Amino acid sequence: MSTATVQKRGFGATLWDYLTTVDHKKIAILYLVAGGFFFLLGGLEALIIRIQLIKPDNEFISAGLYNQMFTMHGTTMIFLAAMPLIFTLMNIALPLQIGARDVAFPFLNSLGFWLFAFGGVLLNLSWFFGGAPDAGWTAYAPLSVQSPGHGMDFYVMGLQISGAGTLIGGINFLVTIVNMRAPGMTYMRMPMFTWASFVTSILILFAFPALTVGLILMMFDRMFGANFFDPTMGGNVIIWEHLFWIFGHPEVYILILPVFGLFSDVISTFSKKRLFGYSAMVFATVLIGFLGFMVWAHHMFTTGLGAVANSIFAVATMAIAVPTGIKIFNWLFTMWGGNIRMTVPMLWAVGFIPSFTIGGFGGVMLAVAAADYQYHDTYFVVGHFHYVIVGGVVFGIFAGITYWWPLLFGKVLNEKLGKIAFWPFFIGFHMTFFIQHILGLMGMPRRYWKFQPNESLDIGNLVSTIGAFLMAIGTIVFIINIIYTALKEEKCGTDPWDGRTLEWTVPSPPPFYNFKQIPLVRGLDALWVEKVQGNGEMTPAEPLGDIHMPNNTFIPFMISLGLFIAGIGFIYQVDNKQWLIVGIAGLLITFISMFVRSMKDDLGYHVHKEDLEKGAGSK
Amino acid sequence: MEKYAGSTSYEFQKEKNKQDMKFQLVTFACMIVFTLISFGLVIAEFNPMFTIPIILLLACVQVGFQLYYFMHMSHKGHSLPSVFLYSGIFVAFITILAMVTIVWW
Amino acid sequence: MSAEELKQLKPGQGPHEPEKATLEGKNKFLGFWFFLGGETVLFASLFGTYLALKNSNLDGPSTQELFGLELVFIMTMILLTSSLTSVYAMYHMKNYDFKKMMIWLGITVLLGLSFLSLEVYEFYEYVMHDGHTFTSSAFGSAFYTLVGTHGAHVIFGLCWITSLMIRNAKRGLNLYNAPKFYVASLYWHFIDVVWVFIFTVVYLMGKVG
Repeated sequence: MSTATVQKRGFGATLWDYLTTVDHKKIAILYLVAGGFFFLLGGLEALIIRIQLIKPDNEFISAGLYNQMFTMHGTTMIFLAAMPLIFTLMNIALPLQIGARDVAFPFLNSLGFWLFAFGGVLLNLSWFFGGAPDAGWTAYAPLSVQSPGHGMDFYVMGLQISGAGTLIGGINFLVTIVNMRAPGMTYMRMPMFTWASFVTSILILFAFPALTVGLILMMFDRMFGANFFDPTMGGNVIIWEHLFWIFGHPEVYILILPVFGLFSDVISTFSKKRLFGYSAMVFATVLIGFLGFMVWAHHMFTTGLGAVANSIFAVATMAIAVPTGIKIFNWLFTMWGGNIRMTVPMLWAVGFIPSFTIGGFGGVMLAVAAADYQYHDTYFVVGHFHYVIVGGVVFGIFAGITYWWPLLFGKVLNEKLGKIAFWPFFIGFHMTFFIQHILGLMGMPRRYWKFQPNESLDIGNLVSTIGAFLMAIGTIVFIINIIYTALKEEKCGTDPWDGRTLEWTVPSPPPFYNFKQIPLVRGLDALWVEKVQGNGEMTPAEPLGDIHMPNNTFIPFMISLGLFIAGIGFIYQVDNKQWLIVGIAGLLITFISMFVRSMKDDLGYHVHKEDLEKGAGSK
Repeated sequence: MEKYAGSTSYEFQKEKNKQDMKFQLVTFACMIVFTLISFGLVIAEFNPMFTIPIILLLACVQVGFQLYYFMHMSHKGHSLPSVFLYSGIFVAFITILAMVTIVWW
Repeated sequence: MSAEELKQLKPGQGPHEPEKATLEGKNKFLGFWFFLGGETVLFASLFGTYLALKNSNLDGPSTQELFGLELVFIMTMILLTSSLTSVYAMYHMKNYDFKKMMIWLGITVLLGLSFLSLEVYEFYEYVMHDGHTFTSSAFGSAFYTLVGTHGAHVIFGLCWITSLMIRNAKRGLNLYNAPKFYVASLYWHFIDVVWVFIFTVVYLMGKVG
């Protein structure tokens, strides 16, 4: 394993390498491929929704299929596209930014990915086995409990498995940030992306258990005859809403906070200035994370919680605008007077600021509980959350992938094609979603299969659909860019963006051990400090020595496969109890794999000093 | 590993561990007593408005003993575990508060 | 780093706090505490659900009619004692007294098993004699889900500690397995913490009404 020579390997060997890898950079690529696939799938579903709504009284798809389409669009985009793509960014950049050789638990990193991947596949298998989930991504009871067929069962099992993977990933990043920072990398010297990932991981840790419990209750109700959400048996459907949103609201901050951090890094790098108000940014990030747990009921204003509860949650929600505003202004002040380079990541960042701000305005409007009775479940809400999630998270993912592409593949994505991808996406995004606010105010409800002619909704929906296609064009150009870059572009070497933080001190792509010698950090923007002082490179914090690396392992794949099989077994035991055998067999695979893991010592191996001097692992 | 053998620091630590253990026995005794009081209050059928706050308080104190002495949270190097545990307790608290106040109407 | 970790340690041969002597150990220690923070929210969600549904017993027995305190008292004492015995085990681990650590862990497992069998007996009585089942009402579902999730944690903890004991029976204590023992004992204490709230909130408050 620790040999100095890395030869060209066959397809089988490469596949096996990726199936067993525990290297955070390779896991980032896995997340990118899987998340990118689900992003395209969710985008396709979005296009089908928009085609159905292109004109009044359209018959493009049936009502039932439409329900499945918007449910799967939401579920796929949140859980299977945005989350893993965020995890791509964290995996690629976070260990490098803090000067670590890997994450704290490489095994768990791999386990987290495979759990997510098998959960996502399980959820999407529903398309081929009698229909997808159709009760909305929020899966409100009693609709979700009474939904016929197995669609919602796939939702429950798929999200349970992929949610476990996310929780594991969150804990892993937390420990990595606390324990694995390079000497001198104090908390207040961490790049903003690392800080944001830290707060995000805290949110994951405390939000996902609520989803786990909600899904367990729904699983028991649907598959094992429990009565949590059955009013005739004394159950209460509001419990699901609470559990879902106690998870769900932190979840949207889980998506947006890493992107805030990423944009802070991008804007600072391409303005050639240190981030304006770094400590205020850290404070604002922590505050958003904290407030994120106290606002969930603003999704439930019309549920009938009472005036007192509604008021409390309304005020708490509006308070979030304050730290968010701090961030917006700090980004603007960072650019102010800076030496701005309009590279593709910076273009996405500059596009993000006004787009996200509009989304924020909509958020404050929705926070007014009294007014929310008018907006609730209309296209105003759809417009709002797409403004923050597409204008924030998706822009950020595009920016982040472009920014860190050199760390993944050693090449800079073509700038011209990158800009050609940006403009249709940006324009299309505003066309699609701005008009939806107005459609909502005109009374168009969300999740309706059809709208009627002569209600003045025609032109707005047409514009929205055209916008959606423009976004599709932007995405396709982005993919063309990836292919073009892989075929035509030159290797970029170290530090292609004239970066400020530690991830740009290693070659692109980095060797598997990241840092030959762990760097000594002497300030915020560690690399920039050295550049300003004329060193140009980091001072090592340790002499060149043997590097300890973890072994590859196939066990995470087996654990996840076992749960996948168990999920299918539990879904179908509703029809026929014999399927329980499959369920138990799956669980056995999982537990035996865990047992093997705990019985077998996994000590890793060493890359020897002599090999390092000869340049081992550098590709 | 030879450096630890027979050293005074080892003897010191051993003595210190012993002291800790004494503390933990006292803690255990307190926990048993608290449990007895809780059960006693319920069996004696006092006014529920009196009993419920008391037994909840005793449970919290008992859990505090578990965390700080049995799980060593009082020792050095537990600042982050404390922060995270209390954050968890905060989320737990508002979750339970919501469930007992605004689920039924 | 790695091979040295596997060296068997006798009293006086290892650092104070063997569970945190290596980076892996420190990571495990911290990660597990974070996990327990998450578990707190998990159990809170179950407690919240139970509290919301505890009066939804329909025609079935109410909490006052259902619960008897004798069995719960015995179970509580057993679990509290098992918490103390695992403290003893960790005490001996810190003094590198492997044999005594194993004895105390063994006692912990036995106490855990007796707790578990009493719980099974309790559930059996409810289902067979009181008509209080998982599907009979929302109260039933919530009760069995909360207490059952705790029971599942006990089962998992028992399997965990037992397999650790079997795996390391021959090779003694070293810096590789010390964090594993320590973390497993943290888990066991946490199970006890949850039980303190279960006996207070479910049984005692259920009895009070």
